[in-house]
Amino acid sequence: MSATSLDIVRRPMTPRSVGRRRLANSLVTTGACIAAAIGIFVMGWIVFTVVVHGATAWNWAFFTKLPPEGQYEPGHGIANCIIGTIVITFGAAVVGLPLGFFGAVYLSEFGRTGRLATAIRAVTNIVLGVPSIIAGLFAFGLIVLEEHHYSGFSASFALMFLMLPVMTRTAEDILNLVPNELRESAIAMGVPRWRATLGVIVKAARGGLITGGILAVVRVAGETAPLLFTALSSPYWMTLHGSSSYFGGPVGNLTKFIYDNSNQPYPGLIRMAWGASLLIIVAVLGVNILTRLLFQRGKEW
Amino acid sequence: MSTAEIEAARPPGGAGARAPARRHYVSWGDPLFRWFTIACAAAVALAMFLLIGVLVKNSWLAIHTLGIKPLTHVDYAPESNQYGALSSLFGTFVTTVIAMVIAVPLALAIALLLVELVPPIVSRVVGTVIEMLAAVPSIIFGLWGLLVIAPLMANHVEPWIQSSVLGHLPIFGGTPIGVDILTAGVVLSIMIMPFITAVARDVLKMVPTVTKEAGYGMGSTTWEVMHKISMRYALSGIAGAVFLGLGRALGETMAVAMIIGGGFSGIPHSLFSQGTTVSATIALNFPEALSKLETSSLIELALILFVITMVFQAAAQLWLARARRMSGSRA
Repeated sequence: MSATSLDIVRRPMTPRSVGRRRLANSLVTTGACIAAAIGIFVMGWIVFTVVVHGATAWNWAFFTKLPPEGQYEPGHGIANCIIGTIVITFGAAVVGLPLGFFGAVYLSEFGRTGRLATAIRAVTNIVLGVPSIIAGLFAFGLIVLEEHHYSGFSASFALMFLMLPVMTRTAEDILNLVPNELRESAIAMGVPRWRATLGVIVKAARGGLITGGILAVVRVAGETAPLLFTALSSPYWMTLHGSSSYFGGPVGNLTKFIYDNSNQPYPGLIRMAWGASLLIIVAVLGVNILTRLLFQRGKEW
Repeated sequence: MSTAEIEAARPPGGAGARAPARRHYVSWGDPLFRWFTIACAAAVALAMFLLIGVLVKNSWLAIHTLGIKPLTHVDYAPESNQYGALSSLFGTFVTTVIAMVIAVPLALAIALLLVELVPPIVSRVVGTVIEMLAAVPSIIFGLWGLLVIAPLMANHVEPWIQSSVLGHLPIFGGTPIGVDILTAGVVLSIMIMPFITAVARDVLKMVPTVTKEAGYGMGSTTWEVMHKISMRYALSGIAGAVFLGLGRALGETMAVAMIIGGGFSGIPHSLFSQGTTVSATIALNFPEALSKLETSSLIELALILFVITMVFQAAAQLWLARARRMSGSRA
């Protein structure tokens, strides 16, 4: 036997003290527990702070009245911002969800392999990483600059662009979890491919698809950066026509309201910003937890 | 099986009569459906190219007028006709480094804890809490950072750092104001930590149980299995997770814009001074941009940011794809 091969045999067998190995092990375990504790603590801290500050702003007027113009006066609210955020997010979801869903159907049902699908998948993955502020500038350049006015619609476009890859990737992952036997048996029944897809495969995965869709919507609903140059903000009710309508002009929304009022010299306005934050936290975390609880079954495919 | 037998096996009731009609249906329904889904899938890619086109078109004025000046000049001061990008790029770099230094060890420790150390039920609860942290919108981190963390940093953490041994270093000099680069980096680290944790956890889960069991069978401790087997096996995936977090930190806007101050000139020497990042410069200046050149120069900044984040995103996806391939071939 040569010296080199002996080396190979010996090197991994260097004895180490059991005490040291145990110490290293318990140090790492403790460290990991502390790290997790930090994460949970920060989460609790944020929620606690927002609840404590935000709850003082909540009252009937807060949900039914318009924001004050200029300095703070009591008896005002953020009703138009709530409506604005819902409408802008809804506008994004109406286009983004179906588009993302059918794109995912292509990737999972027709294009598992193949160059086109691989290329589309790669681009979708990359679009996932586009910073939201750039999506806002995209909508600004494409819609606001062309139309010469800000609008809720342009904000919806920016959010749609952010929602699309999230929905596509999530839906594709969920459709891929549907067992192939189900596809084969549907097609063996003589059903056309599109009916097999929509009637059997999508139906089998619907819990997961609904969860994915809702989470994709909620994820963009809290975005602010894309709204800075598109929806702007507005102290007025949204109208059906004219310069304060969804297509015609700036639309008040929750996140921009928080941003605008976070560094105001009036404590009342800052309190209203906390109140709006509480509303967003309750909505985002509430929907997250609820969908997880209701549709957990869909993930188990 | 003969044709007659197949016919006999068919359920009665005009099944044979329906068949031709169905075949006709198939002939146009399936290609149509296929092309429709292709169009939907391609929409993302088209939008991406449209985005590049729109950014280039709208920054053309600045690219044309200023040339490479933004990349060689420091200050962004449109009122004196200065459109330098270096102070912004520097801020983006420093905040990202601070965020990564804090977030990566935390995220990896939590991911290891979730996958290897705790029982599944605890793992699920803790995992969900961390995922909830990822769902908190950026603006709320901004508000919390500005009104809660910044005063805390200014009154307690930063004076404490200055009174310790580290206080002699120039990067911890100056008056602690709280609204500064360090605070922005710290808040940023909390924001990206859950993303790295989630991806690292998924990657670590892909490590085959038999491989780990072989390690335990040799008498290894949990930590030895973790760093000699799990982490080595999942290395490319962990790299992907880190790059994903990096991309996020580079592009994060709202929280940073609210916390970093934005009042700045030149390259700050201390982490306790105000600064700016690329995205913060855009967010803070764009709404008040007065000239076409200023708007255009900000879109050019966005283009630079876009290229940087895309490089890291592509790297992340390559590493993750490699990790998936590896586990796919062994599973």
